[in-house]
Amino acid sequence: MENQYAIEMLNITKKFPGIIANDNITLQLRKGEIHALLGENGAGKSTLMSVLFGLYQPEEGTIRKDGVEVKIKNPNDANDLGIGMVHQHFKLVECFSVLDNIIMGVEPVKNGFLQKKEAREKVLAISEKYGLRVDPDAIIEDITVGMQQRTEILKMLYRDNEILIFDEPTAVLTPQEIEELMQIMKNLAAEGKSILFISHKLAEIMAVADRCSVLRKGKYIGTVETANTTMEQLSAMMVGRDVNFHVEKKPSVPGEVVLRVENLSVASKRSKEDAVKNVSFCVRRGEIVCIAGIDGNGQTELVYGLTGLEAPSTGTVTLCGKDITRAPIRQRSTSGMSHIPEDRHKHGLVLDYTLEDNMVLQRYFEPEFTSRAGFLRRDNIRAYAQRLIEQYDVRSGQGPITMARSMSGGNQQKAIVAREIDKDPELLVAVQPTRGLDVGAIEYIHKQLVAQRDSGKAVLLVSLELDEVMDVPDRILVMYEGEIVGELDPKTTTQEELGLYMAGAKKDEVKA
Amino acid sequence: MKKNLLKNSGVQSLIASLVCIVLGMIIGYVVLLFINPAGAGEAIMTVIKNFFTYSKTETQMKYLGSTLVKSAPLLMCSLSILFAYKVGLFNIGAAGQYCAGVGLALYAALGWNLPWWVCILCAMAAGALLGAISGLLKAYCNVNEVISGIMLNWITLYLVNMLLTLVKEETSPYTYHISTVNPAALIPSLGLGKLFTNNQYVTIAIPLAMIVAVLVWIVLDKTRFGYELKATGNNKNAAKYCGMAEKRNIILTLIIGGALAGFGAALLYLTGFEQWQCSTSSVPAMGFNGIAAAFLGGLHPVGAILSSFFIQHITVGGAYVDKTMYCAQISDLISAIIIYLCGFVLFMKHAMNTGIARREEKAKAKLAAAEEKGGDQ
Repeated sequence: MENQYAIEMLNITKKFPGIIANDNITLQLRKGEIHALLGENGAGKSTLMSVLFGLYQPEEGTIRKDGVEVKIKNPNDANDLGIGMVHQHFKLVECFSVLDNIIMGVEPVKNGFLQKKEAREKVLAISEKYGLRVDPDAIIEDITVGMQQRTEILKMLYRDNEILIFDEPTAVLTPQEIEELMQIMKNLAAEGKSILFISHKLAEIMAVADRCSVLRKGKYIGTVETANTTMEQLSAMMVGRDVNFHVEKKPSVPGEVVLRVENLSVASKRSKEDAVKNVSFCVRRGEIVCIAGIDGNGQTELVYGLTGLEAPSTGTVTLCGKDITRAPIRQRSTSGMSHIPEDRHKHGLVLDYTLEDNMVLQRYFEPEFTSRAGFLRRDNIRAYAQRLIEQYDVRSGQGPITMARSMSGGNQQKAIVAREIDKDPELLVAVQPTRGLDVGAIEYIHKQLVAQRDSGKAVLLVSLELDEVMDVPDRILVMYEGEIVGELDPKTTTQEELGLYMAGAKKDEVKA
Repeated sequence: MKKNLLKNSGVQSLIASLVCIVLGMIIGYVVLLFINPAGAGEAIMTVIKNFFTYSKTETQMKYLGSTLVKSAPLLMCSLSILFAYKVGLFNIGAAGQYCAGVGLALYAALGWNLPWWVCILCAMAAGALLGAISGLLKAYCNVNEVISGIMLNWITLYLVNMLLTLVKEETSPYTYHISTVNPAALIPSLGLGKLFTNNQYVTIAIPLAMIVAVLVWIVLDKTRFGYELKATGNNKNAAKYCGMAEKRNIILTLIIGGALAGFGAALLYLTGFEQWQCSTSSVPAMGFNGIAAAFLGGLHPVGAILSSFFIQHITVGGAYVDKTMYCAQISDLISAIIIYLCGFVLFMKHAMNTGIARREEKAKAKLAAAEEKGGDQ
């Protein structure tokens, strides 16, 4: 009988100091199927893929390709076996053209000269066949993220890979691009490619995958046919309990204004036009205000202007009645602003510091943690970190002395949330606080935001996720091309209406 | 317990350093074998034995003293590099900062007739000024500190040559002897010289350098200032995000690094051990050797005390090699090879860590297999 599996990973066990990342995991990928791999952060998805890619050697278990046992010692072996991967963060040379990136490493050469014409024909043929729209001569840094991703897919197909791994491919895409990607994946599967789709977005898995394997805390939970399951069932398998998708909250009781922004403009790094244009709004005690919009419409710059990472060109920012437009970052922080940054690795953490040192990043200078002579009070820092770790359930290998770098993304984010909330701020600025997190962690963080609101704090949420925008806030402000184009009430508006504002098709005059 | 000891970072640094030293000697020996096999063994032993080649204890002590005198400035240079390294900066400008320290220390002593401690302060200020230039360029114009450091090294060298020409002997390219022009500028010995067979150059400079090393350690590891500096070095965006003055920290770090190197220069030249040669055409090696000393010392200030002494010992040792068998340059060559290998400490440490991890995994697997067997029986 012909073997029906393209790749089989049987009873894989991989251990790291203090943790079993993969505990006896079996994953069987049928030929021509789209197989989703679902799990929370730290469930062992990445480790399993690294094993398949030859980056790690498992302690136990075997890998079979077409029924024959193979040894994958390094990524070159994986490549030789026809395994290709689109990483979450693309591996492209920014200043090269699409074509150059695709052929890089396997350039067709004749007498030492590049044969680009041949390569171009092959690339065009492939892109035609699978509906992968790209311009082979465009430079990577000029094209959209969606097209960059298609370039990555073409890279795999150009190398005649049969097994394609997509690592959280939709995280960076707009809704339209996600739709297109789904179609491409279906085309690829129809042509006989086998696809492994790593994700924790349940809706996408239900939409595109044939089967779904679930991992939890390094263990294999099971494999189900998506046709015979529900999202609720999948999320229960992933988290180990029932998850509430809807955020429970009481009606808000807005109080006095905490943050007032008037006619704020912030210059853009990329173009001569301002990224934020003459924006005015306010956030009151006891309410969550959400800045919604498609990525790149000035939200990042607006936050930079508010938090002091970038100086605004005009306008004023007032926090609790104090003008902080030109105040240093430290002063903003001590006068009651907390900031969960958009990029936790760039801004949120010192990755080579221990967890405890990161926990006091906003407070290390306070008398509790620094003696008058300028010495750190290590005992107090340890005790404080220990308390936050327990209270906010931050999981790590070695507790307070774990290096931040070695923690899973979800727990890194939890550590930041703990640090910023425990500062007891008047205003919490949370920028995409759930980006890249699994449903369990998302639920947790949403609860924390609502708890802040209910205790009388002002919360400014910046989000790109439609579900989050509809569910969490009490008011929605939509940003489009640096301006606030609409104020919506999440209770009465619809996703469609929100979408029209986000796309710039609808526009109101908004007064602060 | 043994496993835990091997996993200790300090112990690892020590072992890695020793491995590097031994490797350096082996390669040095091989080079000597190639040049002249007859004397190779003896020559490499001479480098290591160094002043022990003298039979009399008094002579040995005297030369040990001399090595210590030159270890103090090397220690300061390695601290300068180490301090900046912890803040994520590579202060290759330590060589120039050291050079500036020589210039101002000597000019303050010989030109302005100032007492020794003021001369030291002048030297530190000179080094700090150079550091500040690199720091400002880095913080405000994003000029790599390595580039600006190297260029400043040469600018400083020739400026110092010019400056010290004003206080040099008429008949030679060397500066005046401090002991004849301004004895008050000599760092006091406080009887330390007597311990080393009346080696007049052994002064409180040596204990001073060691105290500074301990201070650097305390500042980096125990204080808020050190916490801020290291955070800036590891992730300057995060430092900015949490309200640290990250630009100020970069500038301050290079100023402190410069002051340390300048201090080192004063510690050597204010003993009268050497005179500056105003026709010098290369930046003194002291600053560059500081890089090797910093790494050999496991990037720990206290480790730097030992490594600085060792590197100075090897540098001096080269001079004892039999010149009838080898050309004169051999001494520098052999010291250079050993010092070069000293730079590989981090690599060795990494190799050790992977080795340990692998062995542990294997041991665990064996244990698990044994347990399984036990269960079967």
